[in-house]
Formats: sequence, structure tokens, C-alpha cells
Amino acid sequence: MSPKTGGNKIKSVSYAKWGYIFIAPFFIVFIIFQLIPLISTFYNSFFENYRVGLQQIGPNFVGFNNYAAIITDGELPKFALNTIVIWIVGFIPQILVAMLLAVWFTSYRLKLKCQPFFKTVIYMPNLIMASAFAMLFFMLFSPVGPINQMLTLWGVMDEPILFFDTTLTTRGIIGFMNFLMWFGNTTILLMAGIMGIDQSLFESAQIDGAKPLQVFFRVTLPLLMPILVYVLITALIGGIQMFDVPQVLTKALGTPDRTSMTLIMYLNRLLTSKDYGLSGAVSVMIFIVTAILSVFVYKSLMRNNKMPKEKGLVQKKAKVKTFKDDAQCEEVQA
Amino acid sequence: MRGSISGKRTKVFLTLSRVICYIVLVLLTLLCVFSFYFLLVNASRPHAEIMSEFSLVPGNYFFKNLSTLLADENIPLIRGLLNSLFISACTAALTTYFSAMTAYGIFAYNFKFKRTAFTFIMLIMMVPTQVSALGFVQLVTKMGMMDTFYPLILPSIAAPIVFYYMKSYMESVLPLEIVEAARVDGSNEFKTFNRIVLPIIKPAIAVQAIFSFVTSWNNYFTPSLIINSANNKTIPILIYQLRSADYMKFDLGQVYIMIFVAIIPLLIIYIFLSKYIIRGLTLGSVKG
Repeated sequence: MSPKTGGNKIKSVSYAKWGYIFIAPFFIVFIIFQLIPLISTFYNSFFENYRVGLQQIGPNFVGFNNYAAIITDGELPKFALNTIVIWIVGFIPQILVAMLLAVWFTSYRLKLKCQPFFKTVIYMPNLIMASAFAMLFFMLFSPVGPINQMLTLWGVMDEPILFFDTTLTTRGIIGFMNFLMWFGNTTILLMAGIMGIDQSLFESAQIDGAKPLQVFFRVTLPLLMPILVYVLITALIGGIQMFDVPQVLTKALGTPDRTSMTLIMYLNRLLTSKDYGLSGAVSVMIFIVTAILSVFVYKSLMRNNKMPKEKGLVQKKAKVKTFKDDAQCEEVQA
Repeated sequence: MRGSISGKRTKVFLTLSRVICYIVLVLLTLLCVFSFYFLLVNASRPHAEIMSEFSLVPGNYFFKNLSTLLADENIPLIRGLLNSLFISACTAALTTYFSAMTAYGIFAYNFKFKRTAFTFIMLIMMVPTQVSALGFVQLVTKMGMMDTFYPLILPSIAAPIVFYYMKSYMESVLPLEIVEAARVDGSNEFKTFNRIVLPIIKPAIAVQAIFSFVTSWNNYFTPSLIINSANNKTIPILIYQLRSADYMKFDLGQVYIMIFVAIIPLLIIYIFLSKYIIRGLTLGSVKG
């Protein structure tokens, strides 16, 4: 105990310094391992600094030349487009299937059985080591893998399909793996969102004779919007970080013809070849995009945190969130 | 009369919808497990069989494959497992303890920059660590920590997502009166945190320990930039090593068993803990 607390001045004791002490480790570690590296990444992006064979070029200050280089040589736009295309291939089925499952699992009409089992199974791929999962898919879809063996055995195909030699199938497999790894997670998030909606709204919609589809589009979907936006933005940020799966599947080459090379694979390639100027510029570009997206995540999370400070109805709403089983409060909201 | 017909119709409709639901769910289940089933089948067959024929029945070559892999000096599997285990366990311990500490600092105390600190952590929450990888590698080089485990463990002390989860959890379960009561009893602030707060938020710590363990166990990007020597390699690096070598030269049974070792132990742990993991998933996220 600090000496201040002695005597009879207990009321005026300030514990503020303990607040600083408790949050200090976080900020010290953050500054050392993230902020300083980030600043030096920015700094590096303005210098020409790479190796050609044994010869070291730079570091020389070149202003925005590195940025111009990665854009005009078409690499950054190409890899950004790859990343987005592969992300969309995985995200569209992911959000549709997750939405469907979330509605089914929460439906009081369907009352599906074995829910814990299904939830356990669909969430499972999310925890799998992505690099090992990719290696597994590489083996399964290889010319001598079980998928091709199955197709030729059943006479679907005469020759094995070279899945990793065409853009469509390579991107398709990466997208499919992303779908598998993330749809369970999204389902569970959306379920929590649907269960957070006031049940009496569903009941009154049913009494008014609304059909299940009408209930979904007129009640569930609009009220679920905030959480959908959250899912979309976090999935997008996750998509930008796509790395392990295509890296292992294509042996870091982004084959065929670099059509499955993602942004982080590009960054990784520049980092391993010690081109600090260009990798700095790529990092800064990715940082800007993710920072903008982060603001949206921040806003959607802070909606919950700020509510108690505002007045009137909003405050009552916030109360409903904290005391869900308080029936009176729920009526106020409805 | 009419009422009973329409009642019957809704009942038939409901049964039909349920059947469709179950069919879709079973199909999705198959989609989720087929790859692991093939993994099990091929991990237990010899190389020649894997190459020549398709099978849905596991063989009896599992332990033979495993012992061949363990004997392979180019793939230090046991060492890799121990490295991964050590790094992940340390990460889980540090990240949960310090995130809880940070969350408690913001939750329980009033100080001038409290709001600023909170806003700052929330803003950086989603910025991926990859964007500072360049500076990180340079810094780690300067600190002489290349090819060590420190740069893979220490940064986890600052984990905004775990922090946010802990803070949300404290808001829902931790009454400040308890802290006050402890103060009156003469407990110092650290003691209060360690002896009173931590036991109360144990469920949140457990959930986040699992998640951070898994994240660290699966992490490939950072270790691949930091680790060079064979003795320090983690499992994801060994997996990539399999891929980057010419895999056609490998004993495929060995490749499958390697993937098996990387995936299955965690999967089994998950199956036992899934109830807590799935329940814990939604605690820290946004609510509709």
C-alpha cells in the first residue's frame, strides 16, 4: 500500500497511478515490438535498399519512387486483385451458408436436434493449422492424390486433373479452403446476433401472419445489419492477410503465372529477398487499407461501449443489452 | 374442416423443411471431415499403395510410417513439436495474464488518459502485424534475437483482441465492490488482481488461453522470418519444408503422417473442449 493511504484521508486517495502501472506492460511491449517497427517500415519505404547478387544497393533516399515502382510495374495491383478475387470466391458461400445455418439453428419453429454436434463440426476447420491444411489439400488434389484416383476410378475422368496448373481450380481450391475454415465461425457470430434480437419481434411478426421469408427479410436481416457489417469488415481484413494456404499450396510461387499470389505472399517474397525499400512500400499500402477498415470495426465495437453515456431511449436500449433477462426492460425497448 | 387441412399442410411443410435442413447439415459435415478422413486413411498406408490405388479403408501401416518419419534426420519432428509446444504455451500464458492486467487497469481505475488509452487499443486492434514485419525483423536483428524464441513470445503481451475480450468479460462479471472490499481489508492492488480478480475471470482466461495457444501453434508467417536453424523450427515451418522439397521424392506415407501429427492432436483436444470454445467465441464480439 502506498503511504498516502495511511491516516484518515482515505476518501481522497487516488488510485490513478495503479491504472498506469497496470496498462504499462501492454504499451511498452506495443511500442517496442509494433510501433517502432511500424515507423521504421514507413521510413524504409522511402529508401532504395536491396541486393543484386553480392552487391548491396543503397540505402539511398528516393522519395516515393518505391511506391511508384510497385504500382507501375503492375505487381501490387495484380496481387491485390488476386487477393480480392480469391477472397470473394470464399466469402460469398461463407456468408450465405452461415446466414442460412444461423437462421436454422435459432429457429424456434424448426427446433433442430444435434445442434452442439453440428456446431462442433462446422467450427472445427477454423482451428486447423492452415499450412498443414493446405499441405493436406495439396496432397489430396495432386495428380496421384485420392481425389484424382476417385475420379478416374469412377470413370468421371480418363486422365487426372492437374488442379494446380490452371488458375480457375487453384483459386477455387484456395477459396474453398477459406470457406471451410471460416463459415463455422461466421455462423456462430451470426447466431449470437440473431439471439440478441428481441424475441417478441419475431412473435408479433408471426401473429401478424408473416411468412418465414418475410420475417427474415423484414425483421432479422435489418436488425442484423450491424453484425453483418462487422463480419464483412473483419473478414475483409482477414482476407487481406491471406497467406498460409496459397503459400503452401503453390510453394510460394503463386502459380500458375502468379495468379494466386496474394499481397502478403508478395510482401514475404520481398522480405526474404531483402528488398527493404519495396517491401516497406508494400507494407505501408497494406497498412493504409487495413487502418481505414479498422476504423469501421472500431465504430461498430464502440457502439456498444458508448451507449451508456448517451441519454434517453438509447440508454434504455443499452440496459436491455446488459440485463437481457429483465423482461420489463425488453418491453421498454419494444 | 379447413383448419385441420391447413394444419396438416403446415405439419407436412415443417417436416419437409426439417428433412432439407438435416440433409444440408449432413452434407456440410461431410465437407468438413472428408479431408481428415482421407488423411487418416492415407497416413496408415504404405507409399506404394497410396500411389497406386484409391481406398476408403485405413491400412495398418500407421506406426510403420510414424517410425520412419521419426527416424528421418532431415525432419526433426519431435524437436519441432516441443518448440511449437513451448512457444504456444508461453504465448498463451503471457497474453492472457497481461491482457487481463491491461483490461483491469482500464476497467477498475480512473486516470487522465484512460479514455485515450482505450480508444488507442481499440483502433489498433485490427491492424495486422504483417504490416510492420519489415521493421520487426530489422529490430530483432539489431537486438540479436534472430533465430530465438523471444520475438515469437514477447510481443504477445500486447494483444488488443484478448484485451477487449477480457474487458468485456470484466464488465459483465466483476463488481467493483469486491475490489473496494479488498482494499478496505488492506490488500494491495497487485494482490487484489492476482488473488481476487484473476480467479473470478478464470473462464475468460481459459477461453483466451486456448485461442492464443492455437493461434500461436498455427502461426507460420512470423516464425518463417525469424527462425533459421533446424533445431529451432516449429511445426508449420517443417510442413512448408515438406512442400518446398520435391515431394515426389518423398515417401508419401511419411508426408501424410507429418500432416497428421500437425493437425490431429489439436483436433482431439478441440473435440473435448468444443463446448467451452464455442460458447466463449461470442462473448467478446459485437452484439446486434
